[in-house]
Amino acid sequence: MANIEELKSFATQVRRDIVRQVHKVSSGHPGGSLGCTEFFVALYQEIMDHDPSFNMDGVNEDLFFLSNGHISPVFYSVLARSGYFPVEELGTFRMIDSRLQGHPTTHEGLPGIRIASGSLGQGMSVALGAAQAKKLNKDSKLVYTLHGDGELQEGQNWEAIMYAGAKGVDNIISTVDVNGQQIDGSTDTVLNMGDLKAKFEAFGWDVLEIAEGNDIEKVIEGLNEAKEHTGKGKPVCVLMTTVMGNGVDFMMHTHEWHGKAPNDEQLESALAQNPETLGDY
Amino acid sequence: MKKYTYTEKQDTRSGFGAGLAELGKTNDKVVALCADLTPSLKMADFIEANPERFFQTGIAEANMMGMAAGLTIGGYIPYTGTFANFSTGRVYDQIRQSIAYSGKNVKICASHAGLTLGEDGATHQILEDIGLMKMLPGMTVINPCDYNQTKAATIAIADHEGPVYLRFGRPKVPIFTPADQKFEIGKAIMLNEGTDVTIIATGHLVWEAIKAGEALEEKGISAEIINIHTIKPLDEEAIIKSVKKTGCVVSAEEHNFLGGLGESVSRTLAEHFPAPQEFVATKDTFGESGTPEQLMEKYGLNAEAIVAASEKVIKRK
Repeated sequence: MANIEELKSFATQVRRDIVRQVHKVSSGHPGGSLGCTEFFVALYQEIMDHDPSFNMDGVNEDLFFLSNGHISPVFYSVLARSGYFPVEELGTFRMIDSRLQGHPTTHEGLPGIRIASGSLGQGMSVALGAAQAKKLNKDSKLVYTLHGDGELQEGQNWEAIMYAGAKGVDNIISTVDVNGQQIDGSTDTVLNMGDLKAKFEAFGWDVLEIAEGNDIEKVIEGLNEAKEHTGKGKPVCVLMTTVMGNGVDFMMHTHEWHGKAPNDEQLESALAQNPETLGDY
Repeated sequence: MKKYTYTEKQDTRSGFGAGLAELGKTNDKVVALCADLTPSLKMADFIEANPERFFQTGIAEANMMGMAAGLTIGGYIPYTGTFANFSTGRVYDQIRQSIAYSGKNVKICASHAGLTLGEDGATHQILEDIGLMKMLPGMTVINPCDYNQTKAATIAIADHEGPVYLRFGRPKVPIFTPADQKFEIGKAIMLNEGTDVTIIATGHLVWEAIKAGEALEEKGISAEIINIHTIKPLDEEAIIKSVKKTGCVVSAEEHNFLGGLGESVSRTLAEHFPAPQEFVATKDTFGESGTPEQLMEKYGLNAEAIVAASEKVIKRK
């Protein structure tokens, strides 16, 4: 395993990248991005067997699909810093002629992206297709996904969840970012989804929980445990509790920073809380 | 008028089923998905021969489209099968984002398109699907005319890299396309050369256009008849060349005149060679229950309607 302190320092740099990306263009989604920083760093630096030289088919490597595409700032930062494309390109986020579109897309040929996402609820279906392709190819690697908790209100998810359970697609690990927030407020007040663990289990999934989704050691431990549960006839779900806006005090514990960029003063404060570690782009 | 005859009628969906079965033998990258309509889509032969390459998604079309997009990642060529209504309108956003915008090599195969679905009525008779699909950047849209052409198209699209919408139907229609005719995406087929009017038809209306050509000949009118099996990319060159000769055009399709083949023809002519045009198509309306023949007559989608439109458009020259 990589040194935990190094991973934490990696995550600190990613948080800087997130707030700097959205600040520059005064748009983008910092809240969910910050909340999932540890997950992305764990996935790309520790958990997945992946190749940054990037081949779309990804045969014999682990694949990741981001379903809640609006948290693109964290995805882009971690892909760049994992070697998929030059970190300097983070400075083009959401700008004209950039490969770093507001929401991730294959359309501009950005290495590391295998599907467009943004319109919510579509990622799991795509991941299931890719997981079935792996089985046909006798490829034993895994398919990982990430979904927002609010995103589960989209009905297509439940078609996919039902399919995966019924057909025993056991080479997929779907993580749900349980931050309890969405644009119009808390998930409980907007549309309470009840007991997600019970729901996934009722659909035939093996469900694990990571109670501290912003503790990178706990995230790694949880995802490693999830790996152990694959290949046993059931799809694996990880319910990962995170704090939206984690690591930037004024963005934490609120939905206010779902899709809002910091001003100059707020950026300064956010960066002071997350000192440069790997070098800014 | 060139003579067209047939010895057999067959449904175009069976041409799809036969083409898919053929692909099952010849192309090990082809996989199929269906949302609980395998008998209607005639997919049994493929499934029986290649059970590991078939994915039954249940009545969940959105998941089916997403899975198809995912199956391309790993090198497969997915063919999805359901009714045209559930292949397009129901899953438009999934097709738009996960297939078209993502540039995935998915073949969306849609049966029971248009009014000829018949008795089930308007809930199932989509007349807007060509418009929906042709508006998506990068999407190829194909509507073959008979069993042989549908079979050939089904096989041909496997070799085309990129998303394709393949539209076919339920009624048995005359088989007049030669079984060995090569299917060339985007290449119009000249069925009859004429001088007075160009009739551009697609799908089930192609045979009606041939019958109309024969009736027009008896009235002393020489009709040029073109089979446009590929609505996008449109063979603009063939259309412009023909209309330059005849000076007017009738478009014929089992689809709304808003968004269909006719509008694509109009746009082409407006840009290159403006000419009078009449539209044999449904006119901004839903369908209803009835037999296919009754519906095609009521909504003006048959040879008689093409003859009337031809006579009208010639007067407008």
